[in-house]
Amino acid sequence: MQTTVTNNVNITNSDAQFRQDFAIIANWVKFGSKVLDLGCGDGELLQFLRTGMEVKGYGVEKDDANWLACLNNGTNVIQMDLEDGLSGFEDQSFDTVILSQTLQAMHNTQEIVQEMLRVGHEIIVTFPNFGYWRNRIQITNGHMPVSKTLPYEWYNTPNVHLCTINDFDQFCKKYKITILERKVITDGSEVNFMPNLLGNLAMYRLKAI
Amino acid sequence: MNENNAIGTNSVGIVAPQTAHFNAPLTLKSGAVLPQFTLVYETYGKLNADKSNAVLICHALSGTHHVAGKYSVDDKYPGWWDNLVGPNKPLDTNKFFVIGVNNLGGCHGSTGAASINPATQQPWGSQFPVLTVEDWVTSQALLADYLGIKQLAAVVGGSLGGMQALQWTIAQPERVRHALVIASAPNLTAQNMAFNEVARQAIITDPEFHGGDYYAHGVVPRRGLRIARMLGHITYLSDDAMGAKFGRKLKDGVKYSFDAEFEMESYLRYQGDKFAGEFDANTYLRMTRALDYYDPALPFDNDLSAALKNVSAQFLVVSFTSDWRFSPARSREIVKALLDNERTVSYAEVTAAHGHDAFLMPDKHYHDILHTYLSKIEV
Repeated sequence: MQTTVTNNVNITNSDAQFRQDFAIIANWVKFGSKVLDLGCGDGELLQFLRTGMEVKGYGVEKDDANWLACLNNGTNVIQMDLEDGLSGFEDQSFDTVILSQTLQAMHNTQEIVQEMLRVGHEIIVTFPNFGYWRNRIQITNGHMPVSKTLPYEWYNTPNVHLCTINDFDQFCKKYKITILERKVITDGSEVNFMPNLLGNLAMYRLKAI
Repeated sequence: MNENNAIGTNSVGIVAPQTAHFNAPLTLKSGAVLPQFTLVYETYGKLNADKSNAVLICHALSGTHHVAGKYSVDDKYPGWWDNLVGPNKPLDTNKFFVIGVNNLGGCHGSTGAASINPATQQPWGSQFPVLTVEDWVTSQALLADYLGIKQLAAVVGGSLGGMQALQWTIAQPERVRHALVIASAPNLTAQNMAFNEVARQAIITDPEFHGGDYYAHGVVPRRGLRIARMLGHITYLSDDAMGAKFGRKLKDGVKYSFDAEFEMESYLRYQGDKFAGEFDANTYLRMTRALDYYDPALPFDNDLSAALKNVSAQFLVVSFTSDWRFSPARSREIVKALLDNERTVSYAEVTAAHGHDAFLMPDKHYHDILHTYLSKIEV
């Protein structure tokens, strides 16, 4: 059921949403710039950015299988735990530092965002919006939400710091982080009306004040 | 080719060492001059027509040129990195021409302290110069010239061998396309050097060391070398690995003696005895000194990033979680310096229980990493 306000892009499946997600990020990084993708998974986003935007990309990934997948597809990948910070990276040494759908699984949420702001001129943070109406309905029905963007049961989820768009806006205000741009998407389409209720995935382009 | 010969599955088979003589004097970093020298080496696989598929393997403290294969079907053990090198192994000899070389100052055929000094017609002994990682790379580059190889597809090394791989990219940036730096460091910590000092003191204070001129006395400082090796073995294993391997197991109950009652003791004694019977003490001293001295950042105000400014090779850096002698933090320093210079680098921190020795073990994930990286190198 699609009841969200959509723009004219008619994409409804989750793969397409991933592409929309990537397309927005690609739009936010400069052509030929230097990009660090934290928690880069199998390197899919960096491959997309290398191909489309000719970025000089590095990924950070902890998981062995994902790390190996990166090596296999030609992504420069550094194996380390983001919870330990970014001490291996110099101040302002990247044009853009990306944390794509990983923020909610971080223990040291504030620290990693501050570290990203230290290393990157700009940062991109995306996360599943816990305030999305489908999540609210599941809570109302007495259950923790399980969906395509939150695919875990309460007992096996890596997510420890889920938040809503309103929460993250407050977080940015409190820590004096400038929101350069925000996009909210649901099933591949941008949401402009009541994003905290109707938006599934929140995407922020940020910089330090 | 999935070879299954008398030597074992995917072995390079029966191999033989080769010798290269260099008659031009070699000026070392110390200023000392070797009037001439010999390097003994082995090769596996075929050098291709445009000579673009050569991979040099640099050995660590006690390694040799005998990396893979056996000298005869009756040989008990293959070369020291046989699990890595061979047809269809991670370093695939169907694709690459692999070179193993005994470093200058070694005791397996290359010119070293036991060799005859042409000036005196006596063994060099104490007069043999102290060598550095830089000197080894210089001499290895001369071997590459000798073999007609302008550029190596890759240099691979673990531990002290990793330092040589790193040094290749600094000293010969146009001659190496890839560096695989494994379980290594950009220099040694004080604690790491301290182990070397204890090892050297064990050798030097052995009454049969004779200031390094023991050849003339027909003896070897066996006790010192044995203790040096026992100490080394402790540092190459993790506490957990030693616990898993030996724990507190006794061979035959408590005897209230100082014999090798615990299995760990008999392991160390066995390793020490074996090593003391086959390795040259003067080589051990020089190998540990080369480790101590290596510090490419030193001339750059201890700025490793500045030291790696002219590096052009692509890097794979690998460390092992339980390696406390060459800890992951030291490998990350190399990675950071490469990132600072925007070089192509990937870094793996392999979860392994074996400590420093892990770099020689055929762990599946570790070998998958090496296989994946090496398979993507174009030749």
